[in-house]
Amino acid sequence: MTSRTQSVQTSSGTDRERATSDTGRPQSQPLSHLGRLPSGSFGYEEARHLLWRAGFGGTPSQIQALVSMGVERAVDHIVDYERVAFERPGAEDFDSEIMRPPTEEERRRYRAALQNQDEDVVARFRLRRQEQQRADRTQIRDVRRWWLARMVESPRPLEEKMTLFWHGHFATGYRKIENSYHAYMQNQFFRANATGNFGRLLRGIIRDPAMLAYLDNQRSNRRRPNENLARELLELFSLGVGNYTENDIKEGARALTGYTFEHNEFVFNEQAHDRGTKRILGRRGTIDGDGFVDAILARRACAEFIAARLYSFFVADLPADVREIDRETRSFLGRLATVISQSNYDLKPALKRLFRSDHFYHAGFRNDKIKSPAELVVGAVRSLLTPARDLNLLADAMGLMGQELFQPPSVRGWPGGRTWINTSTLFVRQNALAYLLTGVPAGRGRRDNAAFDATGVLAELERADPGASNDPERLAPYLLRATLGRRTPEAERIIASFIAENGGRPTNDMLTGVLLLATAMPEYQLC
Amino acid sequence: MDLHDVNAFTRRQFLHRGLTLASATLAVPAFLQRSALAMPGPTEALSSLAGVPQGNVLVVIQLSGGNDGLNTVIPFAHDQYYRARPGIGVRQQDAIGLSQEQGIGLHPAMGPIKNLYDEGLCTIVQGVGYPNPNRSHFMSMDIWQTADTNGTGNGWLGRYIDSQCCGYGKGESGTPEGEEPRSAVQPPIAIGRVAPLALQGDSLQPISFESADLFRWTGEDIHSALAAAKERLSAREDHHHGNAEFLTRTALDARVSSDLIRKAVAARPLVRYPNSRLAQQLAMIASMIRAGMPTRVYYATLGGFDTHAGQGGAQGAHARLLTQLAEATSAFYNDLKRQDNADRVLTMSFSEFGRRVGQNGSGGTDHGTAAPMFLFGPMVRPGVHGAHPSLTDLDQGDLKYHTDFRSVYAAILAKWLKADVRTVLGRDFRPVDVVRG
Repeated sequence: MTSRTQSVQTSSGTDRERATSDTGRPQSQPLSHLGRLPSGSFGYEEARHLLWRAGFGGTPSQIQALVSMGVERAVDHIVDYERVAFERPGAEDFDSEIMRPPTEEERRRYRAALQNQDEDVVARFRLRRQEQQRADRTQIRDVRRWWLARMVESPRPLEEKMTLFWHGHFATGYRKIENSYHAYMQNQFFRANATGNFGRLLRGIIRDPAMLAYLDNQRSNRRRPNENLARELLELFSLGVGNYTENDIKEGARALTGYTFEHNEFVFNEQAHDRGTKRILGRRGTIDGDGFVDAILARRACAEFIAARLYSFFVADLPADVREIDRETRSFLGRLATVISQSNYDLKPALKRLFRSDHFYHAGFRNDKIKSPAELVVGAVRSLLTPARDLNLLADAMGLMGQELFQPPSVRGWPGGRTWINTSTLFVRQNALAYLLTGVPAGRGRRDNAAFDATGVLAELERADPGASNDPERLAPYLLRATLGRRTPEAERIIASFIAENGGRPTNDMLTGVLLLATAMPEYQLC
Repeated sequence: MDLHDVNAFTRRQFLHRGLTLASATLAVPAFLQRSALAMPGPTEALSSLAGVPQGNVLVVIQLSGGNDGLNTVIPFAHDQYYRARPGIGVRQQDAIGLSQEQGIGLHPAMGPIKNLYDEGLCTIVQGVGYPNPNRSHFMSMDIWQTADTNGTGNGWLGRYIDSQCCGYGKGESGTPEGEEPRSAVQPPIAIGRVAPLALQGDSLQPISFESADLFRWTGEDIHSALAAAKERLSAREDHHHGNAEFLTRTALDARVSSDLIRKAVAARPLVRYPNSRLAQQLAMIASMIRAGMPTRVYYATLGGFDTHAGQGGAQGAHARLLTQLAEATSAFYNDLKRQDNADRVLTMSFSEFGRRVGQNGSGGTDHGTAAPMFLFGPMVRPGVHGAHPSLTDLDQGDLKYHTDFRSVYAAILAKWLKADVRTVLGRDFRPVDVVRG
């Protein structure tokens, strides 16, 4: 699988890359207001930042194309991605019947066999279940590969990025739900609403079979309400600790009774639903699941919570304790929350304001976010144009890095930031890059023979500074900045002499070698 | 440069001596930490290991899938056992007698463990479990690994490391008299694809690798010139702050531990190990101990215990797993004895649950509850602790536990690792008397 679609057309603008120095912007506090980035300030570094954060990075030519659009059009291009066509056949090929539950008749026979201690019949039922589960475990690998391929190929990177965001936000683990088709349906639901309306997402998630199974709501009934979904809905999905009471959870759980599913469909079970009067978040009435969601959305804390989640996904890690957030950032988050609530939870206006804000482009944020495993792997393919190689192997490597798609560590999702990194995951990250660049896997796995054309990396340099690729002193800084996005003076000297000592020519092998070294540098883990 | 010229490649030998990791002391800049490489070698430092004067080591063997305790320690004197397990029960004449008066014996595959037992190097804790047993593999494993009955929070050994590190959980008086500063506490090492939850803590990230040869940058295999350039890049002084500085420090740690671990593991073991996966893991751990690495906690895993079908009796699938456990553990202690390190190493095995008393229709057993735990090493009080759980007084077909697993953890923490039980486990558990003080 090596097809790729460039999200941005190459253009020939002025060479912003060399003109913009790393210290071009003053090292000051990020601005607290939602003010716009001055239009003249959207250079190569800024465009690169936007493409990495709102997507999975890109080639120097793609970055250059964004620069020539200017910040207004570039942000529209990225956020209004529906205008970019992307049809990918085969998406619906997954077997929706793979975990078909037993029919009423089958269930009856099973119960009878249990009662009569008919071991043979019981064993046959168990065997069928085990075979279903085995097939399903294969299918979840297919779904995982399908999604990874989408991230690599999509000309709408923000769509996949936000799908990943919602997967971490409404975290649901496959091993508990044991239903790959439900996992796939949930993933498509996130994609369909990726930059849509947060209220719709909440109303959808309380009807989502995968989530209902994951948080044990499928058997919740008025006699014995299960509080799991109500609790996480408030704590992790919408308001955050401190903005609701234990009583809101109890009453919210009553509102969600009867929200269940049959096979692949949401079902509202009226018999199980509690129609009594409830008090939730200051509202009173015969509140159901949608009423519960409405009560949540009416709270300012909800918009603030989403603003903070988006901020830590796109801009910078936030301390767990709100009181430790500095004043400027808190004020910025407040303004972002206001945009969200003024648009009735439509997310596009907030995303556009964020991606156009001066704050977002502050030099202190650039190249200081630790790439998630998805960003690392997908970003490498998209920005270096390596072959995508064996996606199963890459998905497994992402698992070793701590991000197994469809299996977040808990309902809290992936904590991200520095928790991605330890001595073991650092090697896995470096070695995954070596595999992408050379096709040689670390450890088990087949060697991939697709050739990597490293000379593509030089296109922008050749255009801007003809002849530079034959001069190690100019080639080294270019390659390191293309991969790391920052100046590393001592590394530049080391790479320049590495090139000079090994023939000095920008051959494919030489360029691959430099990229191997650059991607093994600690700085490569940042975007 | 030709990347395919691999013949010219010879890896340069490093002379990294101490495994003092930069990330253990968050405040010290990377360039200062580099002097850690010039510190005395680990063997010389052995007598003054941080935290615990004796340099005590804990090795955990996780038996994944739910080991069938009733076919590990056989209650041959109880007719109910044979009635419940007509196809898979182990006959008295096949079992290796442990205690005639209690009517129990070991599975015949566990001869090498019986030898350790006879040498006074093994203790068996009967009927271990916890209240309201959970029969899900993942949940119950999380419960055992976190020592929390909700299965949430950090791992119990991660919290132990935290308690030894950076003054966490210690009184204002600082480190107890006679002990070294605690900043030199080392991250735990797990042999496996990922580090288990048990080792996750706040202060140090566990190290994990399936094969030591992959615990390194494999890009250096491509060409010798790359290895040399990589080394120069690692030693450079490009100044960073924020996350770049954090990453630089972790990369430095990774390089130091990688060299040390791979050097240790490359040494030929002093005894022959069987060719099983567990034996290979324990051989690596023995080599790291022998090399004088200051690591205190190691973790090995043997899977396959989820014997729902065709588990066999005296022979068969379960017997083969027990053989692997017994032979590997025996070789491990032979190795440690040859190294003169056996006194330093306590080994504990556990599984997320035992199995149902009655066999099922597929010649196997389903998920159950209480089971025995094994502890090995010269510091254990040898014998069988506690009565065999009743085979008649059952809870929905499952054994009732009488010893909370956290009481076993408490014994290891208090008596062997010299840690504060309450700090690590969240509350006090009375230690089972299985470790000599």
